[in-house]
Amino acid sequence: MKFNINNLTKKQKNLLLRVIAAAVMLVILYLLPLDKYPVLRFVLFLIPYLTVGYDILRKAWKGILNRQVFDECFLMAVATIGAMILGEYSEGVAVMLFYQIGELFQSIAVGRSRRSISALMDIRPDYANLVQDGEVEKVDPDEVEVGSIIEIRPGEKVPIDGVVTEGSSSLNTSALTGESLPRDVKPGDEIISGSVNMSGLLRVETTKEFDESTASKILELVENAGERKAKSEQFISKFARWYTPAVCYGALALAILGPVVNILAFHQASSWQLWSDWIYRALTFLVISCPCAIVVSIPLSFFGGIGGASSVGILIKGSNFMETLANVKYVVMDKTGTITKGNFEVTAVHDEREQNIDDAEMLELAALAESHSSHPIASSILRAYEARGAAPDKNRVTDVQEVSGKGVIATVDGRKVAAGNLKLMKMLGVSCEPCSSVGTVVYVARSAEAEDGHSYEYLGHIVISDEIKPTAEGAIRDMKKNGVVKTVMLTGDIKSMAESVAKEVGIDEVHAELLPEDKVTLVEKLIEEKNKSLGNGSTLAFVGDGINDAPVLSIADIGIAMGALGSDAAIEAADVVLMDDDPAKIVKAIRIARKCIRIVYENIYFAIGVKFLCLILGAVGIANMWLAIFADVGVMVICVLNAVRALFVGRA
Amino acid sequence: MKKTYKIEVDCANCANKMEDAAKKTAGVKDATVNFMALKMKVEFEEGADPAAVMQEVRSNCKKIEDDMEIFL
Repeated sequence: MKFNINNLTKKQKNLLLRVIAAAVMLVILYLLPLDKYPVLRFVLFLIPYLTVGYDILRKAWKGILNRQVFDECFLMAVATIGAMILGEYSEGVAVMLFYQIGELFQSIAVGRSRRSISALMDIRPDYANLVQDGEVEKVDPDEVEVGSIIEIRPGEKVPIDGVVTEGSSSLNTSALTGESLPRDVKPGDEIISGSVNMSGLLRVETTKEFDESTASKILELVENAGERKAKSEQFISKFARWYTPAVCYGALALAILGPVVNILAFHQASSWQLWSDWIYRALTFLVISCPCAIVVSIPLSFFGGIGGASSVGILIKGSNFMETLANVKYVVMDKTGTITKGNFEVTAVHDEREQNIDDAEMLELAALAESHSSHPIASSILRAYEARGAAPDKNRVTDVQEVSGKGVIATVDGRKVAAGNLKLMKMLGVSCEPCSSVGTVVYVARSAEAEDGHSYEYLGHIVISDEIKPTAEGAIRDMKKNGVVKTVMLTGDIKSMAESVAKEVGIDEVHAELLPEDKVTLVEKLIEEKNKSLGNGSTLAFVGDGINDAPVLSIADIGIAMGALGSDAAIEAADVVLMDDDPAKIVKAIRIARKCIRIVYENIYFAIGVKFLCLILGAVGIANMWLAIFADVGVMVICVLNAVRALFVGRA
Repeated sequence: MKKTYKIEVDCANCANKMEDAAKKTAGVKDATVNFMALKMKVEFEEGADPAAVMQEVRSNCKKIEDDMEIFL
């Protein structure tokens, strides 16, 4: 962290000057031999005291008028004035001085975190180039209406979501996804705000208003995440509410009961020495009574964690979800779109050797037979055919007959071609070896003679399967390393295929052939099972693509939507949104959350521990005000510095 | 009805106290103060006049922490 005085606000600079001036004066006065002139000494010490603390005294006075006895300014004022009355001038000044140093430090640290997060989230566009009547005008993005044409030059941010109408370019989406690979766009492609145009000039027709655009939504989401407060945060505000009064009453009791007990029980003579000793102890209590260290460090940690996560394309919608995410023990994943890519590809073409046909020819026949169909399987066969540099000549195909649930039969070049599943082959009386490959298998057969629909010969089969994402296996392994006890995969696909995918990536449990509503009941069952074996403190995460699994996302303890860039529905439904579709981000999100929560607990234990220790030492008269000041300001500085660590998620 | 206001406050504990004060104000159903984003989100009771309620919220918060501001 570099310190630059120009980054300070006027208020902070002013306070810094006062602190330095008072510190210099305090050192000089400490060294001067003033013991012989008590009045002069008091007056001289009053100068640094008022220099550094006048605003605290003023606020304390206002606090009294408003009957805010537990106002921290009031408490500081009582503690320091008390110290001055007891003749501890240098301590009185020092307490005020260090208190102000603490305030200054806190204000600088919080301001810096606010700024670093806005820098991380540097996706807010400042203007849009509106094209109107052939002229380009720079306007506030708020003023651009839906359907307007805007121009985006190389180096500029996309201000509003839209569709490219002219030009082509590559876009850098790293500020949104954390992914540095640029995305190429051409006319007709949708682009989202917050990405940066890298090469060519683009004209874009806007499809949303600025407020509804991705960049605005993401910013809003990150900023508002702090409103959903975590349990630890609520605990701390409750704690703060009783801590300050308790310590103050403790101080009062110490000041009165201490001497009284000594006089009555130990028959000590009532003396100024005895009373001032106990009052001094009580004043040290007041110095430690401010709960600020803990209270500030917790929202700061969460803010840092949420901001840091968003810089790598992970949006966590509330501090409470940070906690849930850190305790994830079960991860339930949808197969398609989460573990697999969700686009079906022809992965193998096997021709029957006895027939005089090669795989290219067979693929061509299948493609032609399927060329009139819009089924996803048909389109992947067509894609595979086109990938070999050919285009299906639909004129060669006549008499297309779709056999529902089985496949298709069409006449190609005068001979009937059947392409479909095993049931179709059985129906046509074709004998073929069932293929053991994982995936959807399309069997192809052709009639022996022209126009003969009765005897088919088997040509071979085509295997179509969904590709497993390359990072899926590593992600599952890392989940296990990060405390996940069980991974479960849910899918509507057939069992054999699901099991093979699960085996390949190392998933523990598979539930296949599920209908959408089955997924909800299954997740409910899994939550119950998890609560039984691991207790209610552990949580279950469901990961899906966010498009048709909204009910499951909401039923899980925490719903994670992935590949959500540009999908409002997913952003709406999930608690955690992964901007791209890399399963490794699930682990990353868990690690960020765990780091953040660890920091939060470190701060809670450390701050409360040190404060209680100092209270005990203060009560028995071992701790003086210097130690008390450490308990207050020192602890806060350490906690704030620790909290700032949450922002750095690079190695999390 | 919910509305969000920008606020200015220096300490996190004061922000918590402001949240309590705002919640206790008549006409306010719920209030959240986001210290890091410096925002106050207020949900008003049915039929309450936000402008008038917010004046009251502001003066209640001022009592607790003089050195704060709600930008109405």
